[in-house]
Amino acid sequence: MSEAARQAVERAARDSRSRLVAFLAARSHDLAAAEDALSDAFRSALESWPRDGVPDKPEAWLLTAARRRLIDAARHAQVHAQATPELTAALDDAQVITNDREHEFPDERLKLLFVCAHPAIDAAARTPLMLQTVLGLDAARIASAFLVKPSAMGQRLSRVKTKIRDAGIAFEIPRGDELPQRLDAVLEAIYAAYGSGWDDVAGADPRRKGLAVEALELGALLVRLLPDEPEALGLSTLMLYCESRRNARRGPDGEYVPLSEQDVTLWSQPMIEQADRLLRKAERMGRLGRFQLEAAIQSVHAQRARTGNTDWESIALLYEGLVRIAPTIGALVGRAAAVTQARDPQTGWSLLQRIPPDTIANYQPYWALAAHLLELMHRPDEARVARERAIGLCEDPAMRTFLMSLPQHHHR
Amino acid sequence: MNFSIVIHDTAEAFARREDPAQRLALFAPLAAYLKALSDAGVFVGGAGLEAPATATVLSQSGNAWQVQDGPFADTKEQLAGLIIIDVPDRASALEWVRRFPMLPGRKLELRANLSPPQE
Repeated sequence: MSEAARQAVERAARDSRSRLVAFLAARSHDLAAAEDALSDAFRSALESWPRDGVPDKPEAWLLTAARRRLIDAARHAQVHAQATPELTAALDDAQVITNDREHEFPDERLKLLFVCAHPAIDAAARTPLMLQTVLGLDAARIASAFLVKPSAMGQRLSRVKTKIRDAGIAFEIPRGDELPQRLDAVLEAIYAAYGSGWDDVAGADPRRKGLAVEALELGALLVRLLPDEPEALGLSTLMLYCESRRNARRGPDGEYVPLSEQDVTLWSQPMIEQADRLLRKAERMGRLGRFQLEAAIQSVHAQRARTGNTDWESIALLYEGLVRIAPTIGALVGRAAAVTQARDPQTGWSLLQRIPPDTIANYQPYWALAAHLLELMHRPDEARVARERAIGLCEDPAMRTFLMSLPQHHHR
Repeated sequence: MNFSIVIHDTAEAFARREDPAQRLALFAPLAAYLKALSDAGVFVGGAGLEAPATATVLSQSGNAWQVQDGPFADTKEQLAGLIIIDVPDRASALEWVRRFPMLPGRKLELRANLSPPQE
C-alpha cells in the first residue's frame, strides 16, 4: 500500500508537476511561491497518501493543498498582505475546478513558457528558467549544462522569479503583432537547450548529450500547446533530424565523423520519417520561417540515406532563403559551405569573406571552413593559420583531434 | 576584468610530458588555444609549470626559512600552470574555459584576479 502510494506521488510529480505550477503561478503571479507551495503539497502527499490512501483525483488534492499553502504564505508575508484577498479570489476557481469531478484543470503551460521567455528576462536566464519550472530540472543539473557555478545558477533563477513577481509580468498568451516576436523567444530558448551552448548541433558530441532529451520534450510540448504554429513544428522537426544522426556522429573509438562521411545506416529511420511527416505538416500551413528552413536543410541531408547522394543545389537554395530571414552567423557560414559544394571553393570563399570580421573572431565553424576552403584553393600557409585558429577555438575534444589529424599540404 | 584559469593535472599527465612522443601531442592543442586567446585579444599572460617534484617549497618559522622538496601539497592533482585572460565578465571567461584542451583527470579552476585595494 505505502509503496503504491509513493509511486502515485512520483507519478503525479512526473506527469502533472508543470501543469500544477503553471496553473498556480498564472493565478498567484508568483512563480517561486507556487513552486514552494507545490513542493510542500508533494511532501504532505508523501505523508498522508500512504496513511489515508491515494485520493481519487491526485492532482486536485495537490492543487487544494498547494492553494492553502499559497494563501497561508501570503498572509504571513506582511509585504503582500494587501494581495491576500485578490489571491484568495484568484485561487477560488482552483477550488471550483478541484470539486468538479468531470473536468481536468486547464493547461496553462503555454503562458508559463511565454513568461519564461519574456523580453524583460535576461536572454541567458530564459532557457534555465524553462528547464526548471516547466521540466522540473534541478538547478545543479542546469548549472553544469550551462557551465555555470551551481550557486550562481540558483541565485540567477531566484532573482528572475522575484523580477517576474515584482514587475507583475502577466501570465498570458501574447496577441496580434506581439505573438510572432514573443514566440521566437520561446523557440530560441528551447533550441538553446538542445545545443546547450553548442554552435554546431550537427557536430556535437553524442556522449555529452547535454539537454537534448529535455529540449525535444519542450519542443513536443510546444507543438501540443500550439498545434497551428508552423515554426513550433519546424523547431521540433529540426531537433528530430539532428537527433536521428546521433549514433553516426562518432566512430567506434569516439572519433569525430563529419556528416559527409557518416554511415547512413546508423541514422534513425523512424526519427527521420517522423521528422519528414512533421515538416510536411508545417509546410501545408503556408507560413515559412527560420526553423522550418533549417529543418528543410536537414531533411535534404537525411535524403542521402535513400538516394546515396546529397542535393547541394537544394541546400544552397534553402540557405539563401535562410540568410534572408535570419542572417545568423551559423547560417552565413553554412551557406558558404553549401555553395562550395554546389559550385566551387572560390564562390564559397567570397561569401565567407563578406561576413563581418568582428562576428567571426571566436566562431570556430568559420575557421574550420576557412581552413578547408584555403586548402582546396591551394593556399596552404593561410590554411594552416586558419586551421590552428579552429583548433584553438574547439570545444569538442573529438573535433579537435579530427582537425589535428587532417592531412596538410606543405610548401617545400 | 582579469581572470585566472588555473590548471591542475594528475601525476599521469605530468609523466606524459616526459615522453618525447607524447610531448608534441600534448602541446599542439595548447599552443593553438593560446594562439586563439591572443588572436581574440584576451591573453594577458601565463605559464606552464614543471613537475611538482622539482619544486622547492619554502616557509618561515620565526625568522628561519624552512626548505622542503616539492610537491607543496599531497593531493591527486597538482598545479600545472596558469593562464590569465582579460574579458568583460565571468560568462565570457567561461566561454574560454569551455575551449580549454582537457586531459583525463585535469581540473580547471576559474577565479577572478584580486584587484588592488581602492582608496
